[in-house]
Amino acid sequence: MTTPLVSVTDLSVQFHGSRIASALNQVSFALGQGEVLGLLGESGSGKSVTLRTLLRLHPARSTRIQGQILVDGQDVLALKGRALDLYRGGTVSMVFQEPGLAFDPVYTIGRQIAEAIRAHEAIDARSAASRALQMLEMVQIPQARRRFDAYPHELSGGMRQRAMIALALACKPKLLLADEPTTALDATVQIQILLLLRELQRETGMSVIFVTHDIGAAVEVADRIAVMYAGRIVEQRPVDRIVHTPCHPYTEGLLAATVGPEHRGRPLRAVPGAPPDLAALPPGCSFAPRCSYVSEQCRRERPPLAVADGQALACWHPVRGLAEAA
Amino acid sequence: MNTTSPSSPAAEHGGRPQPLLVVRDLKKHFPVRDSGFGGPRKFVHAVDGVNFSVPKGKTLGIVGESGCGKSTTARLVARLMAADAGSLVFDGEGVEEFRGLRLKDFRRKLQMVFQDSFASLNPRLTIAETVAYGPRVHGTPAAEAMRQAHRLLDRVGLEAANFANRYPHELSGGQRQRVNIARALAYDPQLVILDEAVAALDKSVQAQVLNLLQELKAERGLTYLFISHDLHVVHYLSDYVMVMYLGQVIETGPVERIYGHTAHPYTRALLSAVPSMDPAQRTEASPLAGDPPNPINPPSGCRFRDRCPHAQPVCADKTPALAVIRGDAEHFAACHLNDPASGHPAALKESIA
Repeated sequence: MTTPLVSVTDLSVQFHGSRIASALNQVSFALGQGEVLGLLGESGSGKSVTLRTLLRLHPARSTRIQGQILVDGQDVLALKGRALDLYRGGTVSMVFQEPGLAFDPVYTIGRQIAEAIRAHEAIDARSAASRALQMLEMVQIPQARRRFDAYPHELSGGMRQRAMIALALACKPKLLLADEPTTALDATVQIQILLLLRELQRETGMSVIFVTHDIGAAVEVADRIAVMYAGRIVEQRPVDRIVHTPCHPYTEGLLAATVGPEHRGRPLRAVPGAPPDLAALPPGCSFAPRCSYVSEQCRRERPPLAVADGQALACWHPVRGLAEAA
Repeated sequence: MNTTSPSSPAAEHGGRPQPLLVVRDLKKHFPVRDSGFGGPRKFVHAVDGVNFSVPKGKTLGIVGESGCGKSTTARLVARLMAADAGSLVFDGEGVEEFRGLRLKDFRRKLQMVFQDSFASLNPRLTIAETVAYGPRVHGTPAAEAMRQAHRLLDRVGLEAANFANRYPHELSGGQRQRVNIARALAYDPQLVILDEAVAALDKSVQAQVLNLLQELKAERGLTYLFISHDLHVVHYLSDYVMVMYLGQVIETGPVERIYGHTAHPYTRALLSAVPSMDPAQRTEASPLAGDPPNPINPPSGCRFRDRCPHAQPVCADKTPALAVIRGDAEHFAACHLNDPASGHPAALKESIA
């Protein structure tokens, strides 16, 4: 097997403030060239922290990072200065949830994209501008030439998210990180952006890590889904398997709690309780207090992430074993 | 405008067949700050002539994209802002009109739960004080209001013994939303407006709150006005659905008609924009292009026409009116396609009304 584009090994992230919050706990995953990984989880599960750590966006003073991140052969946690600048936006780029906040309000969209290109490549302003215009056309912004000179506030939410994607892809990154890119958008616009991301991924052959709390959105774009809970990956499998035969009790609960047309007139099967406090995680399995399959072992011992055949599962009492679910 | 006779006898009020809330021709236009160079004054047509009624003990779901006026409609109904035009009839009584329901009494009978559970709680009050505050203002003795608050907190799943003295910042989002629900119930209201009340919650917690809402509705005979952009949740919770587009109602009817026999192209597009849960059946083409148009200058005629795949010149000339669909007296849609007399070339050949 060829070396994967991204390989994350035993990544732990702690935030030190008035309390110590363990946002990520020994997360490991790998991502091949051209693959789309969906990180699925609720708020506080560590999915956005994973992305931000991949891009080294956390302030160094209050963050303790352990483990290893290799992207395209580079040790990301060791990058400094100019190498880090080139890595951000050049090798790896990110699309944020709030495109309105990610753009600078006082410069036009086109100028910001051209600026990003010139920061990474030695080209003149005119060719950078024409590349920026091409990017706007690539993300299917209607009347791209007019939008080129528009300020962020003049664009609608969906249009801004397209411009954000154009900005992220301007330097042809090998890996695109998408942090809930469609959460703030309407359903009709969300599906347009999901389709666009899928199309661009196919065209450019880049890898994508797509973070979301919406299973539907993950199913639309991802090849594989990693379900996160309290800073850990609890289950990681191909998308069709995870949707049809969930193995981890949390995944099963999440799928059962997602409202669909078939639920009408019946109470939903909700997962009781709330996610744990990251500053006071239980000693055993973090999901144990909410799990209906819980045993004494779950409360005492943390289940290891068992990897088999490209799938992974961390549970003492899975709904079904990886072997039978395959 | 108002057809309710103010002299209707009090004995008629509150009968079962009487809708709990009737809204007639509600309008709200927000003035846009002008550029300072004169020119015509512009308005955002946030809510533009909305009519609906909510039967007792039922849930009306309002769906639409952002900016379609669904939240403004809720705020106008709750009288959190004054409407430019329109009237409300609550349980047979006109609200704030001669010999009608006084605003203070109306507000007790109608309560609202908002999307942002944190912003809608007073950070300086414990949650028991928050729940007891309203009834105290309306004249319940403090000790009795507090006892009732404890009972309500127990009911919404927050053990009062454990939670009553906590402050909002000590609770999770799901717990805070339960406090908001308890506070709304403290007035013993008939109508509860839920404005994106579960939108900010995680899926596993959202299911808990949806179950709670269903239980409370059955226990107390509540009527809900449920506003959401999540079509699955609306399908799950609602008895009737109203689809709004740019400040107007474009389709309304019983939930199984709206989800099963859609009569408006916009509703159809909205429903097919929901991501599928099956990786083998991914959406291949987007049902709608572009974003909703600017509510300052809505298109002439049918407001949906510039995004509609069936648009024809007639759609720009004539505004379609809400009309009965297939003889179902409860199902209405505003589209020329359903009217053989409209002149739309693809319109149904025979009358379905």
